[in-house]
Amino acid sequence: MSTRLANQGRLIDRSKAIKFLFNGKKMAGFEGDSLAASLLANDQMLVGRSFKYHRPRGIVASGAEEPNALINLGDGGYFEPNARATTTETFDGLVAASQNHFPSLEFDVGAINSKLARFLPAGFYYKMFIHPRSFWKHVYEPFIRKSAGLGRAPKDRDLDKYEHYYHHCEVLVVGGGIAGIQAAKSAAASGVRVMLVEQTAHWGGRAVVDGVTIDNTPAEEWVKTAVAQLLKMNNVVIRNRTQGSGVYDHGYALGYERVADHTPRDGRPRHRLWRIRCKKIIAATGAIERPLSFAGNDIPGVMLAAAVRDYVVNYGVSPGDRTVVVTNNDDAYRTAIVLKDAGLDIPLIIDARPKGGGILMDRAIAAGIRVETGRGIAKVKGGKRVTGVSICSQAGEGAELEEISCDVVAMSGGWSPVVHLWSHCGGKLLWDEDQAMFCPDPDHPPLGIDGESVVRVVGVANGHLGSAAGLLDANEQGSVAAVMAGGKVKKLKVLDCDDFVENAILPVWLMPQGANYGLRSKSWLDFQNDVKVSDVQLAAQEGFESVEHVKRYTTLGMATDQGKLSNINGLAILSDSLNMNIPDVGTTTFRPPYTPISMASLAGEARADLFQPIRKTPMHDWHDSNGADWEPVGGWRRVYAYVDPGETTKQAVNREVLNTRKNLGFLDASTLGKIIVKGPDAGKFLDMMYTNMMSNLKVGRCRYGLMCSENGFLSDDGVVARVDDVTWLCHTTSGGADRIHAHMEEWLQTEWWNWQVWIVNLTEQLVQIAVVGPHSRKVLEKLGGMDVSPDELPFMTWTDGNIGGIPCRAYRISFSGELSYEIAVPANQGLEFWEMLIEAGTEFGAMPYGTECLHVMRAEKGFIMIGDETDGTVIPQDLGLNWAISKKKDDFLGKRAQQRSFMDNADRWQLVGLETLDGSVLEDGAYAISSGKNANGQKNTQGRVTSTYYSPTLKKGIAMGLVHNGPSRMGEVISFTNIGTSPVQAKIVSQIFFDPEGKKQNV
Amino acid sequence: MLILNCPYCGMNKDETELSAGGEAHIKRFGPGSSDLDFEEYLFGRTNPKGLHFERWRCSSGCGKWFHAARCTVTLEVFGTYEAQTLEPPQSIKDLITAKRPGWSWREFS
Repeated sequence: MSTRLANQGRLIDRSKAIKFLFNGKKMAGFEGDSLAASLLANDQMLVGRSFKYHRPRGIVASGAEEPNALINLGDGGYFEPNARATTTETFDGLVAASQNHFPSLEFDVGAINSKLARFLPAGFYYKMFIHPRSFWKHVYEPFIRKSAGLGRAPKDRDLDKYEHYYHHCEVLVVGGGIAGIQAAKSAAASGVRVMLVEQTAHWGGRAVVDGVTIDNTPAEEWVKTAVAQLLKMNNVVIRNRTQGSGVYDHGYALGYERVADHTPRDGRPRHRLWRIRCKKIIAATGAIERPLSFAGNDIPGVMLAAAVRDYVVNYGVSPGDRTVVVTNNDDAYRTAIVLKDAGLDIPLIIDARPKGGGILMDRAIAAGIRVETGRGIAKVKGGKRVTGVSICSQAGEGAELEEISCDVVAMSGGWSPVVHLWSHCGGKLLWDEDQAMFCPDPDHPPLGIDGESVVRVVGVANGHLGSAAGLLDANEQGSVAAVMAGGKVKKLKVLDCDDFVENAILPVWLMPQGANYGLRSKSWLDFQNDVKVSDVQLAAQEGFESVEHVKRYTTLGMATDQGKLSNINGLAILSDSLNMNIPDVGTTTFRPPYTPISMASLAGEARADLFQPIRKTPMHDWHDSNGADWEPVGGWRRVYAYVDPGETTKQAVNREVLNTRKNLGFLDASTLGKIIVKGPDAGKFLDMMYTNMMSNLKVGRCRYGLMCSENGFLSDDGVVARVDDVTWLCHTTSGGADRIHAHMEEWLQTEWWNWQVWIVNLTEQLVQIAVVGPHSRKVLEKLGGMDVSPDELPFMTWTDGNIGGIPCRAYRISFSGELSYEIAVPANQGLEFWEMLIEAGTEFGAMPYGTECLHVMRAEKGFIMIGDETDGTVIPQDLGLNWAISKKKDDFLGKRAQQRSFMDNADRWQLVGLETLDGSVLEDGAYAISSGKNANGQKNTQGRVTSTYYSPTLKKGIAMGLVHNGPSRMGEVISFTNIGTSPVQAKIVSQIFFDPEGKKQNV
Repeated sequence: MLILNCPYCGMNKDETELSAGGEAHIKRFGPGSSDLDFEEYLFGRTNPKGLHFERWRCSSGCGKWFHAARCTVTLEVFGTYEAQTLEPPQSIKDLITAKRPGWSWREFS
C-alpha cells in the first residue's frame, strides 16, 4: 500500500493538516502536498479509467507529464474537468472526483472494452464505422459522442476571474531548475530586463530532490540564495506557478500563471495569462523520464522511477512497501537508494544492460540491494494494483525466470529533453545516439525578426544531463542571449558540482527485446489513449509510414498529455517496424501550449459585457424604456420593434407599419454610416467608388448610389449628398460604415495616392432621425425654423438650418415610399430632438418604429437591402439596378469585372417579386425548385427567396427573390421549398408591391 | 505573432494591431484590359515560400497602409516602407541582396 512516511517531505508542512474529498470520501493531507501526493498518502493509487478500454489507471508521474491522474475538480461555477492531480496543489476543502467510469471507479462496466481489445485495434473507428453508411448519423455518431471525452463539460458559467498581463523584457527564461536560475542570473548580470518563470510552486527542479551540491553547497541552499538574489534585482521579474506555455513568432511568448488555484475564492484572479514580448527566450525546461514498454506496464503501481523518489523526498509519501526498479540507465538507481534510505523494501533492481550501471549501481549493491543485469520484466501481475513481476532475459522472448512480489514498479527508460518551446516556432532536432534522446539542433534554431535565433535551450533540456555541464551551458548561453538582446558583456564565475561519470544508457524500446504478440499487446505506449506496442506495429504493417499519420491512425500522443511519455517510445517502435533509423522517421510537430491551459485564461477579461463593447446611439436608453426589442446590427443595438404591453413583437411591427403609412413614424437611423469625402479630387474619386456618376451631382442634391467590389459584386449602397464644391457626404449601410470607410482609404492610399482627397467617418458625430409618413411635414412645420415645403425642399434634396432651435441638416429622402425626411443633428442634441419630435408628433398620431417595420416598408416598395438581396455573388444588374450604373464613365470599381462574359449576360438569377397563391409568407431563403436532379441527387433549383414578410398594408405575404431569367417570366407560377411540408406555389410579379408610381413620397 | 514597424507611426506594432492585405505591388487592370491580364490582376498571386512583399494596414493605429518585405519561411523582416510607391526603396533592396544573394526585384518568387 502507499502511505505517508514518518520522515522526509521537504515541501510539506506537517503542522498544517488539511482535509479534502475524493469521490465523496474524506481524506487528509498536509499543506504543500500535490493532490497526487495526498491521494497516495491515503492509499489511493487507482485514480481513473483509460479512454478506450476503461482499464484501471494509477498515478504514473509527479509533474506535468502525468497521463492518468486526471480528475474533476470543484463543482458548480467552480467546476473544472481534466485537472492533473500531479500539478494540483491540495488545499483545505478541495473536492475531487475521478473520471471516465460508470457506475464507479472501482467497478466500471466500460471495462468490458478491455476484453474486446482484440476487436478494437488501431484504426478501429475508421474500419468499423464506415458501413453501412446510413448508420453513421443515427447510430455510430450519437454513440461515439456519448462515450467521447474524459471529463464532463462544465454546465455553469465560470464564476472565477481571469486576467491578461502584458509584459516586455529582453530575456525570458523558462524553467526554475538550477540551469534556469543560473541562466537568469547570467542574463540579469548584463543589465537587461529578465523574466524567470517556473511552472511549479517550487524552485530548483530535480537538483534539489537528487541532492546535487553546487560549489560545495547543497542545491537546496544554493537555489534559495540565488532566488533571493534575483528577487532583489530591479531588472528581474520572477514568477513561480507560471508555465512558459508557448513560443510564437518574433519573440512572443505566453506565460500561464496559476495565481489562485491553490487558494480558491480568495478574491484574486484564478489564472493570469502573461503575454510576453521579449528578444530572446531561454528554455531551461529539463527532461521527462520515459516509461519502458513491458507487458502490464499500465497496471496501477507501475510508475516512473524519478516520480517515485519525488513522492518520497518532496512529500514524505511512499507509493508502496515493496518496489522493484527496472531501468536501462543509471538514474533509476537513485530511486532505489532513496527508498532504501527511507526504510522501504527493494527486492530487486532489474537493469536491462548486460553490464549494468556504474558508481550508482555499486552504491545500491553496497546498500544491500539485489541487482540483476541483462534482465527485463516479462509481465507485471495484478489488476487494480501491482502484485508482482516476473522477470526474464532482456535478450529473450519473455520466458519467465523468476517471480517477485511487489506493489510498485519504478521504471526508467531514459530521459527525453523538453524541447517543446524550441520547436514551437520551428527549431529542429538532432537525435543524440549516445544518450538516446532528441536534442535541439543548434544549426537550425527558430528565427526572429532579424533572422537571428530567438530561442536557446540550456541544461538538461539541451542534453546536458550532468549538473556541472548544465550550469556551464546555462551560464554561457544566458550571457550570450543577454548580449544579443542589448546587454553588456559580464561573465559570472563557473560553478562546480560533485558530478561523476555514469554508465551509458542502453536504448530499450521493448522489454524483452523479442516479446511475443501476447506481451506486445499488453505493453502500453500511451496510457491515457490506450495505444500499445502492437497497435503501432499494426499501423506500420498496414502501410502507415509517416509518424503524423500513425499518430492520427492509432491516436498515439493525441491525449491531453500530448504524448509527453509516449511519443519517443512510439516513434522508436515505428522506426523499428519500418526498418528505419529514429531520426529518419522524425517526430510529430510540437505545438503550443505545453500543457492544456484554461480557456478562461485565454479569454481573460473579454467575457460577458466586456466581450465586445456594444455601440449605442444617444437615444438608446429612451428606446430601452419604451419597449425596445433589440437586435444586433454591425456592433450596434438597434430597435427591432417597440412592443407595447400586452402586444406580441409581430403585432407591434404590423402596428408600426400601418401607423407610419397612415400617420407618422420616427426611426432612429443614427447607425447609418456617414462618411465625408472632401478635396479637389473628391468627385473624381467618388466616380471610381460608385457605379453612378457622383461628380456631376449638384450642390444641395442627393443621389442613391451603389458600390461594388473590384470583382463586380454589389458591396454597399446609400444616398450621397453634395455638400459643397469639394465635399460629398456618403451614407452607407449601418453595418457597412467602418468597412466602406476602410475600403475608400485603401483605394485612396494604395492606388490613387496622389489624388487630393480627405475621408472622414462622421457616423458617431451625428444623430439621424427619419421622420416618415403623411404627417411628417406637419410635425416639422410645427417645430418650426426651416421651410420644409415641396418647393423649398423637393424630393432628393437637402438643406441646412435648424428645427425647433436645434441646428440640423434635413434630407428629403425616403426608404419607405412615404413622404419622408431624415434629419441629422449633433449627437449631443439627438435625444433632445427625438423627445421634441415625440411630443410634437402626439397630435398627429406619431409612433416610433423599429428596423423590422423599416424592412417591411422597404420590401413593400421593392427596395433592396444589402445583405438580403446581396450576398457577395450578386451584381447590380441582377437586381434591375442598371439605371444606377453609369454608361458615361470610363472606369469605376467593378466595371471591368462586370464586362466578363458570365456577368454581362441576361441568363442569370435576377430580382423579381413573389406572391404566394394562398397569400402565405414564403420561408426566408427558400429555393425555387426546377425539374430534374443535380449530380448529388438533389433537386435542381432556379432561384431563391431573398426577402419575405407579411405585409400588413396589403394583408398578405410578399417576397423578393432571385429567379433564373425572372423579369422575363412575369405571371409564371413556380414552386418554393417549404421545410417539412409540401412546396408552396408563388407567382412571379413586379417587386414593387405598393404605390408603384411613387405618389406617396412625392407630395 | 509578427511585429512590424509602421513607417507612418514609426512604432513597432503587434500583428493584432494590423490587418494583412495580401501581396503588394499588384498592378491594376481596368476596363479595356484583356481577360487574361484582368484575371491575373484580380486572382493571380505569387504566394512564395521565402521572400515576399506584403501589404499591411495599421488598422488599430494610424490607419495607413504600408508594405513589408519579409521571408515567409523564417519570418525575418527586411523592412517596411510606405505604400505610395511602385517598388521597394533601394535600401531595402540592398539589404535583401545582402541576405538573399541572387535575388532580383520582380523575379523573386
